[in-house]
Parts: sequence; C-alpha cells; structure tokens
Amino acid sequence: MATEYRVPHEKELETIDVNVNVGPQHPATHGVFRMVLTVDGERVVDLDPVIGYMHRGAEKLSENCDYRQAIGYQDRTEYLGQFNAELCYVLAVEKLAGFQVPERAEYIRVILTELNRIASHHMFMGAFGTDVGLFGTSFMYSFRDREVIQDLFEEITGERLMYAYFRPGGVAWDVPDDFRERCREVVDVVGRGLEDIDGLMTENEVIVARCRGVSPLSPEDAINWGITGPMLRATGLKHDLRRAEPYCIYDRFDFDIPTGTQGDVYDRYLVRLEEMRQSLRIVEQALDQMPEGPIMAEGLKRTLRLPEGEVYMRNETPRGEYGIYLVSKGGDKPYRLKVRSPAFCSLSALKAMSVGSYVADTIINLGSFDIVLCEVDR
Amino acid sequence: MIADNPWLDGLVRMGIVAVAVPLAVIILTYVERKVIGRLQMRLGPMRVGPYGTLQAVADTIKLLTKEDLRPQTADRWTFELAPFVVVVPVFLALVTLPFTAEGMVRDLGLGLFYIVAVSGVSIVGFVMAGWGSDNKYALLGGARAAAQLISYEIPLVMAVLAVAMVGQSLNLVELVDAQGRVPFIVWQPLAFVIFLVAGVAELYRQPFDIPVADSEVVGGPLVEYSGIRWSMFQMAEFVNLVVISVLGALIFLGGWNWPLGREVGLGLQLPLIFVKASAFIILFMWVRGSLPRLRIDQMMAFCWQVLLPFAFLQIIINGWVLVYDWPDWVLGALSGAATLAAGYLTYRAAHQMGEPVPPRLRRAGSVL
Repeated sequence: MATEYRVPHEKELETIDVNVNVGPQHPATHGVFRMVLTVDGERVVDLDPVIGYMHRGAEKLSENCDYRQAIGYQDRTEYLGQFNAELCYVLAVEKLAGFQVPERAEYIRVILTELNRIASHHMFMGAFGTDVGLFGTSFMYSFRDREVIQDLFEEITGERLMYAYFRPGGVAWDVPDDFRERCREVVDVVGRGLEDIDGLMTENEVIVARCRGVSPLSPEDAINWGITGPMLRATGLKHDLRRAEPYCIYDRFDFDIPTGTQGDVYDRYLVRLEEMRQSLRIVEQALDQMPEGPIMAEGLKRTLRLPEGEVYMRNETPRGEYGIYLVSKGGDKPYRLKVRSPAFCSLSALKAMSVGSYVADTIINLGSFDIVLCEVDR
Repeated sequence: MIADNPWLDGLVRMGIVAVAVPLAVIILTYVERKVIGRLQMRLGPMRVGPYGTLQAVADTIKLLTKEDLRPQTADRWTFELAPFVVVVPVFLALVTLPFTAEGMVRDLGLGLFYIVAVSGVSIVGFVMAGWGSDNKYALLGGARAAAQLISYEIPLVMAVLAVAMVGQSLNLVELVDAQGRVPFIVWQPLAFVIFLVAGVAELYRQPFDIPVADSEVVGGPLVEYSGIRWSMFQMAEFVNLVVISVLGALIFLGGWNWPLGREVGLGLQLPLIFVKASAFIILFMWVRGSLPRLRIDQMMAFCWQVLLPFAFLQIIINGWVLVYDWPDWVLGALSGAATLAAGYLTYRAAHQMGEPVPPRLRRAGSVL
C-alpha cells in the first residue's frame, strides 16, 4: 500500500493579535493608569489608554473651599511636585488680588520649589531605572537622596507629603533658624548622590542600547500635542517658563536650560538629570541672596476676598507647564478653578508614540513621561 | 565508595545531594538578598534572627504554608505539572556534577553532554507554565522563555564543546584532571566569556531576565503560581545557578585540581570548588544589581549574531591548533584575540544602536 503524503498548510500560519491589559495594577504604570495593548507577538499594534481611576474632582472641590483651604488640593493633585503646584495656585490668587509678596518669602518659595523639583526627578530616576530593568538599584540610589530632601521639608512644614506651606501673600510661617546650613547640607548630599546616579545609569551600555532612539519626538509634534517640560526640551526646543516668562524671582538667577537633540527616551533622561544639577545651582544662589525680613504680605484679612475677575497662571513644574485658571465672582471662594495638567497632555501622545514599537519600549516610553496620575485625573 | 553495595552507595550519595542542594538554595536566597542589599546601599534582611540569617527559613515556611492557587480557567495538568518539569531536570543534572574528585553521585563517561542535555528539558516546563496558566502575561513570558532559553542553549553547548575539544574528554573528572597545570580559562577565554553570558541567559537573570521581566510581564510564566509551586520554580532557578557555577568552576577554573593538584584531599578540594563556584555566583548577583534588561530583539540578535559565530570561531581555532599540534599558547593567544574582537563588536553595536533616527511620530491627529 502506497503511503499517502498530505501537503501541510500551504498558506502561512494563522495568527491573531492578543489584547493585553496593562494596569491599573501593574508595576510599570506608575499609579493607576491602564493601557490596553493589542500585541502581535512582541509588537504593539494598538494601544488604548484608560485614565480616570484617580479622579476625585479636586477642581470642583476647590470651589467649596475658601482660597486658603484650596491650597491642599494642589498638593494632592501634583503629589510629587507639591510645592510647584502650590506655587502656581498661590501665584494665581496673588495675581488676581494684587498682593505684594515680601522678598524673603519669594526666596523661600524658590528654594523649596527647586528642591522639590529635584525630589520629583529623583522619583523619576528611580522608577525609570526599574522600568528599564535595574532591579531596584537606581531606586535605592535616588531615594536615599530624596529622603534627605523630604526630611528638610518635614522640618520646615511639618509634613512629608502634603505641605500646604505656601499661602497667598507669602508662606505660612518662617523657616527654622538653621535653614541655610541645613539647605547647604542637603545641596551637598544631593550633589554627590547625583554623581552616583549618573555613574550608574548614563554610560551604562544596556541603558544606552535600550533607550537611545526609542520613541523619538520632533519639536513640531511635541508642540502640536501640547507636550511641555522635560519632554519638550528633550526634542531640542529651549522652552522653560522660568526663562520664557519669569515668575517669582527667577530672573535673578543664573541657570541653564538643558535640551536634548532627538527627543528620545534617553534624551528625556539626560535632560532631567541635568535639570537636577541646574536646580541645585538655583538653590545655591538663592541661599546666598536670601534676605531677612517679613514672610507675609501686610494687611491681609483673615478671610481672603478676591475682586471679581479671572486669571490664568502657569509655571514650570517637574512635568512641564502647570496651569491654573481661576475665576472669582468676588466671594471668599473660587467660582471656578481649572487645572492644566502637563502629564495629561503628554499622555495623550502615548498612543501615537508607541504603536509599532516593542512592548518593552512602550513600557520605558511610558516611564520616560514621568506621569503623576493624580495630576492627570485630578 | 561510601557503601560496598553500588545501589546503596548510589542511594546514599543521592540522599546527600538531595539534602545538601536545597539547603544550599535556602542559604543562597539569603546571600543573594544580602549581596543585592549591599549593592543598593541597604542592609538586606535584618529582622529575623541575628543579621537576618533566619529570614530564608521564615520565607520557606511561609511559602510551604501558603495557599496553592490554581486559576479556574487554567489547564489543570499543564499548570500543575509545569513546576515538576522545570525542577526535575535541574536536579537530574546534579547526578554527575562532581563537587570533589569523588564527590558525585555517578561518574558518567559523557557527563558534560548529559548535564547540557538534561538541563535543556526545563524549557518545556516554562512553556507549559506560560500556556497552562491562561494568563496573557504568562503566555507572553512563556513565549519569551522558549525563544531565549532555546537560543542561548546553543552557544552554551558550543562553548562547553570547545573545552571538551581541548580537554579531549566529555567526562568532567577527566576534564578537571587535564587542568592540573593551567586552567582552561587561559587557553579558552572566548569560550569562557560565551559560557558566562549564555549562563546568565539560561538562568534568566539580569540583563537577560526578559521572560520574567517585572515591569513588562510581571513575572511571566510564574505570574499565576503561588506557595509551594512558585517556590519550586525559585528552587529550580537557584539549583540551576549552582549547577552553572560549579560547572564553570570545573571546566574553566580547574575545579579542585588547580592550583594545588589532585592529591590535596577532600579537606581542600571542597573549599577550593566552593570558592570558585562562589566567585561565579557573586558575579551573577553583581551583574543582577547593576545591569538593566535588554529588549528581546537585542537579546536574540546578540545570541545569533555575536555569541554563536564566535562560539564557532572558537571551535575552528581549537580544531586548527589541535590538528597541527601547535603549542597551547597559540590557542590562548588566538582565543584571547577573538575575545577582544567580540567585546569590541558588542561595545560598538551597543553604541550604534542609539544612532540618531528620524522622529517616527506621525502628524498630530492622524492616528487618533
């Protein structure tokens, strides 16, 4: 009996794309972000970001608080750059009310804001290293130094996370007597720690191979998507609100704005690393120039009543341009408060940047956004 | 011979290995946490027992008493068998692995071949775990594990084969005896480097932890396992670590033979092999603490474009030198030159990978 041979499949093997749900509980989503990946093997074919898990209506809640109470919601919105967000809100109120902030308070604000920026970037360094696969080493390196900064904040404000220290017209209370010395210590420690992080990650062959050329962004696209902050500067555009429209007293300091060349993940990392150094420079200069004097504007009532009107204030937080749109109808509460969230705008470009890349690249791309989900969802 | 009856002798030896190796695994988990802790400027476990020494015991008890979960939709037999398919071959490799000149269960004539062949079976277990869990992370991780472990098996075998050519044997004891004067790492640096890299990949540790990548597939094939089954995977990983390290110490660093010679007796043979294997283990832990993860295509490209051709090159060099009966230093010099070439190529490739590329993002609005 002759053996019959059957021809195997003539056409190619049939494959289907698989939906993989990444988040809301996933170590790489930095909070409670969810993205539904459609993958073809290791390639991302489609990506569907889902946000809103952290929505608490902070903007609406602010309408029921008076102008001082609403400060707390800014801490809870931008929980890594708390002072930055507070500053934005406080500046908006001051702009509408026309308060004159005393010099000393301005310097305290700048010092704390810049240290806060460093602490936030520390968080990025740690989490980003973990995303790329560094088994927690970068996390421990950066959190060692972040802890020092947080200790300082705790000494000043009594809180480790939700400071609520900036007030319309100044700051809540004066800093401790040894503030200068403590700050210099912190600057020293952080400066040395930065070299450790630099040595661990910047020249690391695997990190270079993984991050360079991944999800590059052109300046035009970045502007079209409304991306700001380090991600925008990584594309090569020298735009920093501290320089472009100086608020507070930023025009008195000498600092550089680091920019990247191709806007890829590696450039975003480098820009943030350099920004930390520049922030240290600002802090050092501010410490030298800081005068003695009052810390609160004079003649403020116990209940703040703002004149009728509206104001938009924006400043540079670690994630980019943070904006507050404030409408007052003359009462002691904001009539309307709207937050412009930089991370939300960056996140909107995630799909366009990730489709077609590898799963692993999508993860580090998301990590390089440095999102804060509370700020995205508000 | 421990006992006169060969069967009894074998049983006793197996018993010793079966007790000693899991014990070593328990100690190794503690050592790993301490070493990684030090690398990360923390103390590691400190609470349970003096300097946290009982932490590993506490963990073991926790894992043994933990509920053994099986997802309702999982493929029952595939899911439950997978840990055994992973752990049994790893233990089988211990049968012929000599810890001293007489310290093995059985001295097989094709010992090296046997170890390589047997440890390749674990791959099936990972694929089973990935498929049987009915979890997409596990599926992705299982596919990655299959791709990675099969790919890196080849350069590993080639590197080991190169040593067997120089040592003129596949018997591990004879291979060690051949290194009385000079360990093979001197004559075969290229094979050593390939063995090291492929070994890390076989152990799926950083930078090759792609199948179990925490931040991507959240543990990959292991994601649905808990309790005793999960600890079996973990045990397999650590036993494999021991096997690879001892194997490396035997065939590249001269085992118990170099530099003291074979006659030093058990009292010095065991410490010698312990130190050499520990050097490998500490190196693997060090790498784990300082290197991030490669992407899967880079990992595959590195295997097929760098490791495999250079492994063949090593074999060709060996054949050439051995056939023409040139002195050993020629072998060492050629292999060393090839190692430098491989290192240079890898370094250049790692930096070229990041050459500027034109931005890929389409115009705003065109995608959504």
